[in-house]
Order: sequence, then structure tokens, then C-alpha cells
Amino acid sequence: MIALSAHKINKSYGTTQALTNLSLEVEKGEIYGIIGPDGAGKTTLFRILTTLLLADSGTATINGLDVVKDYKQIRQVIGYMPGRFSLYQDLTVEENLHFFATVFHTTIEENYHLIEDIYKQIEPFKTRRTAKLSGGMKQKLALSCALIHKPTVLFLDVPTTGVDPVSRKEFWEMLMKLKVEGITIIVSTPYMDEATRCDRIALILDGQFLKVDTPKNIIADYPYTLWSVQASRMHRLLRDLADSPFIRSSFSFGETFHVTLNHQATPGQLREFLMERSYSDIAIQEIQPTVEDCFMLLSKRQA
Amino acid sequence: MEEKVIYTEKLTKRFGNFTAVDQISFEVAKGEIFGFLGANGAGKTTAMRMLCGLSRPTSGTGSVAGFDIAHQPEKVKRNIGYMSQKFSLYEDLKVWENLRLFGGIYGLKNKEIAVKTDAILRELGLKKERESLVKSLPLGWKQKLSFSVSIFHEPKVVFLDEPTSGVDPVTRRQFWELIYQASERGITLFVTTHYMDEAEYCDRVSIMVDGRIEALDSPKTLRHQFQASNMDEVFQQLARKATRIE
Repeated sequence: MIALSAHKINKSYGTTQALTNLSLEVEKGEIYGIIGPDGAGKTTLFRILTTLLLADSGTATINGLDVVKDYKQIRQVIGYMPGRFSLYQDLTVEENLHFFATVFHTTIEENYHLIEDIYKQIEPFKTRRTAKLSGGMKQKLALSCALIHKPTVLFLDVPTTGVDPVSRKEFWEMLMKLKVEGITIIVSTPYMDEATRCDRIALILDGQFLKVDTPKNIIADYPYTLWSVQASRMHRLLRDLADSPFIRSSFSFGETFHVTLNHQATPGQLREFLMERSYSDIAIQEIQPTVEDCFMLLSKRQA
Repeated sequence: MEEKVIYTEKLTKRFGNFTAVDQISFEVAKGEIFGFLGANGAGKTTAMRMLCGLSRPTSGTGSVAGFDIAHQPEKVKRNIGYMSQKFSLYEDLKVWENLRLFGGIYGLKNKEIAVKTDAILRELGLKKERESLVKSLPLGWKQKLSFSVSIFHEPKVVFLDEPTSGVDPVTRRQFWELIYQASERGITLFVTTHYMDEAEYCDRVSIMVDGRIEALDSPKTLRHQFQASNMDEVFQQLARKATRIE
């Protein structure tokens, strides 16, 4: 079953082309990730799919309903958590939740089971004005409000931006539970490490999809052998790798460098090159690419 | 003795009966890249505001760029640089106008500003964008320009608050090359980030939990100390101990 289908969506703002020919199909119950940096077009795409913005051309449907013609029906069945916090700051936590339940002709009690895990973490503050909440609590409340009418398709626009790694992990655990409830989730993020939590992902840059597939397939399609390189004096290694005739690409990844070699070059040659430049503790190992490696290769913005 | 550009001793900030920053003591040396990590709500922003002279400590002492943060906050402000993703450049001003404005604010002479503007635009490959409005630039360029603006007046120390948040992966790495270059010129860099691979690029890292600094060392030493294979694991181990409800 197809929950969402979009075909050749284009959108420009003045002379800026925000989205170019985007097409996607999301199956019911999938977690679908739109992965890319700020400014890539993620929010514009979400606004079009949630019926808040009209595309210049192209079509999209949600549960078979057209985003232009059937926008009223669509709004009843989707949940949307925008990137910018958009609840009523002057209302309390409980008032916001009650408001959204009422607008969607339901009650907090009716769908409480959906939000229980999330909401009970902020329930001790239910009489606090929303403006006075911390970032983490606002995020949990916004998710609760987006879920309270039991949407069939949930849109989450950069829900984890500015969120620390521990809270990000917890957030994704919450999403996994919602998936079990059968809710289709379309989530955008600039954090490449979150991509592997999705069933399928679209890598987006400058308003275009670089690639759409499962994270596993995208990684399997990486065309080169990838090596992790470590040695003493990592700072200097950056420049020496850039100088090396054996290197096709080299990017820092935390405590290692991820390196691809030129045609016919071998890791042995690279090791010798580094030894000549008096590095010690050299470790070169074949590794599996990450989604971030794939994104950088596909973006062709290599340094 | 090595020059200490940042120095705090039991620095504390309370709001009512809530202790946001709880007796933190640390030093940062000249030219060091210092990663300042912590979960949301751990007290990083409050600590940074004190170090920048924007918030008066409740108790404890601190000095930044040679000035006392409690008693000489105006001098502190004049001798530091600051950049965050939220506030960086004026979108409705042209590239050169932003440089002109910030140069003027920090008291640089017109001639200095002109020379430095040319140099920066050349280094960043933005010469063609001189007359462009900042809002028309891609985010990655903006962030690089914004960093150059924050060190335009050659401060002893620059505070970078999540400078690479939401930036594409290639630009994120180029941004760190700019950080290394600034460090080599002797500028001290005080950086917050939620990207744990970036924690690895710092000379030393502190991790705040519930208002206290729970760990402070080089990434390599911290990895050994916590028997972790990367900084993300170190962070997860420490931050999960937090008991404070945000």
C-alpha cells in the first residue's frame, strides 16, 4: 500500500529553484528519511506534502488524496511537526495538547496510548506555560500534539536539530515504537548517522535527490573500496593525505580518515608513503562506508 | 609557563534555587581547540554566557583573554570573538558591508578593514560575492564567512556555539580546516557541537553533566578512560548519568 506518492515536484522562490523534479513513493508503515543539510529543500518539500504550500508543477497524493484538491481531508489524517517550534507559547503544556485534540475532534483520552511514553515525561510540568519549557521538553510536547489525533502519516521536519546525541537516540527509539503502531513516518534530518534508522532514505542536496533507496543498498552501491587510516599526528595527516599521489578522496571521520585510493594504488603503497614521511602507529583497514561517505561522494563537492 | 587564555575557578551560576553551573574549574591554553560538550540543559549555554561577559557569575571567578569576567565584562567582550548558527551575519547587508560593520564595531581602522576584507574574500574564494546580499549565499558559505567575521579583529579567543549545525558534510569538514588554521595563528577556539566526530578534532574536550564538568581531557585519553571506541560512546556513558530534569 502506498501512503504517499509525489511526482516531479518543482518549486522556485523568485529566481531560486528550491526543488527540482522530486519524485518519491512511501509505503504504508515505512519510516522514510529525507537526509540532507539545511537549505537543501527539505522544509519546502514538507510544506508542499502537508498542503501548506503549492508546488509550481508536479502532483502529490497522500492515502490517494490529492494535496491540492483534497487538502481539507488530508489535513485531518496527517500529523506535522515543523522544524520551527509552532505551538502556542502562552498556553500551558496541557492546554496545547487539549487544543490540538479538540481541533481534530478528538480527546486526549481517546489516543492517550499513542503519546503516553512521550507525554508522561513532560506531564509533571503540565501546568507550565509552553514558553518556559526547555528545548527537549518542547520537542516532546510538539510530537505529542502532532500525534494526538492518531494521524496515518506523520511528518517530522528536522526533529533532532540542536538535540544532543543522547536525546537524539531516545527520540529515534520513540519513532520505532510509533512505527509498530502502523503510522507512516516521513522524517527529515541533517544528521547522516540517523539515516540507518530509516527503512528508506532520499539523499537531498540543492533541491534534488542524489539517491533514493534503502540505507543498506546505498552503502552497497558505494563504488570504491574504502579504507580507514590512522597514524600519529592526525592534524598533519590531513595535508599529507591530500598531497599523496595514491589518494582519490580523503575525509576526516572523528578519530580516523576515510580514504579511497586511486586506480591501481594499494594500501601498501600508502603505508610506505606515510612511513617515508615518518609517521608511526600507522593503521590502514578496509571498512564499510557510512551513509555520510555515500552522501559526500554523490554530492561531488569533494575538497 | 604556557599562557592561559581562559581560566575559571569554581565558577557558579544560580537562578533562584536552581544551580545551572556548579563550581566548574578549568583552563584553556593559547591556540588550543577546546570542545565544550554536554547534553541539552547541562549548563553549557549559561557557562558560555558567563565566559563572554554576558552574565555575572553567582560565585567563583574566571578570566578570559586576560580580563576578569565578573568585573571587566566590557573588556572581555572587546577581546573575544563569537559565532553561533542563530546569530552570525546580517542577511540584508552585502558581504562587504557585514565585514565593514563588524570591523567598525571592533574599532578597526578603515584601511585595515579594506585590506582584511580583500584577504578574507580571497581566502574563502568569495571575491565574486563581494556585492551579494548575505541572504543569497548558501548556508555553508555563510558559516565560513561568519567564522571569518568572528575573528576579523584577531581576538585571543573565539567562542563557536554549534557552528556546523545543519551544514553539509563536506562544508563541515572545510569549516574545521578553518578552525585548525586559526589555532595555528595562536587563536584559542572554544567550541560546542552535537557532532561527536567533531569532538575528536579538539585538542581537549570537557563534558558537562547537570552543571558540573564530569570529564576533561584529550579525546584519546577519554576514550581510554571510558574504554570506548569513540567519543560518542564516551558522551553516551556520561550524559546518561544525568539526573536533572530539564
